[in-house]
Amino acid sequence: MEHATPEAIKRHVKVYISVFVALAFLTVVTVIVSYLKLSLVYAIIVALSIATIKGSLVAAYFMHLISEKKIIFWVLVLTLVFFLALLITPALTGLEIRSYVS
Amino acid sequence: MSSLIRYISRPHPITGVTNAKLGTWCFLASEVMLFGALFSAYILLRTGASSWPRGSELLSVPLATFNTLVLITSSVTMVMAWASLMMKDLSKYKRYMGFTILLALTFLVVKGFEYGHKFEHHHFPSTSTFYAIYFTLTGLHGLHVLGGVIVNTYFLLPGSKLWETEPEQFTGRIECAGLYWHFVDLVWIFLFPVLYLL
Repeated sequence: MEHATPEAIKRHVKVYISVFVALAFLTVVTVIVSYLKLSLVYAIIVALSIATIKGSLVAAYFMHLISEKKIIFWVLVLTLVFFLALLITPALTGLEIRSYVS
Repeated sequence: MSSLIRYISRPHPITGVTNAKLGTWCFLASEVMLFGALFSAYILLRTGASSWPRGSELLSVPLATFNTLVLITSSVTMVMAWASLMMKDLSKYKRYMGFTILLALTFLVVKGFEYGHKFEHHHFPSTSTFYAIYFTLTGLHGLHVLGGVIVNTYFLLPGSKLWETEPEQFTGRIECAGLYWHFVDLVWIFLFPVLYLL
């Protein structure tokens, strides 16, 4: 990205506008779906799927991950491993914590 | 400064990216862990609670939808600010950066309005587990928005002087500020459904 030509940047700008339209559209969709009163499991699946698509669009295009160097991916893979450990570890010990909450 | 810290405007021969960009991504990795810990806490609190309200019963979905659109728009204006610098157009950069800051302030005003409404009705973090995690997550995110406003205002006003002497370095700085700003947008993209819609 550092040495992109003005013509290439102009093409990027068109992509940014398309991504913006997609993000706005998906925001409206996720709100409409929330008014359908789906069961909680389906609501979670739909809402988080849409959020993941939106998040991926932001990361891929606005944060330029789609054309980024390998080292950035390795930083993110390492982060993902620790992030998943962070989500899973408390769930494995959840039974003990549950007694404190309720 | 460039003699002290090397490869801040040109890519490092080994990594292929500037040290500034690699540093920013490492910082964002630590931010993922910070918000990840709180999301993990949210899941644990919710699954452990005997009952949990749907966000839409307690919070304003229209206001949060508006704020989501505001933040998404600010992400576009931010990336356009960077693209303007890549096309060597400083005045266009300033316009887009100005819009980004205004949109961020709009987000904070709406959030402040939401908070004010909650406090008026005596809903505080101590009211329930739901409000505790709601105020923690949105409060921390709001502080990140405020941090972005401060940094971006610096780059709009005194910081933009660097463009005259080191345009490549300045463009790199805006790209890094952009990475942070898009991350703040990304966090909200997940906070919005988790807190307001589910």
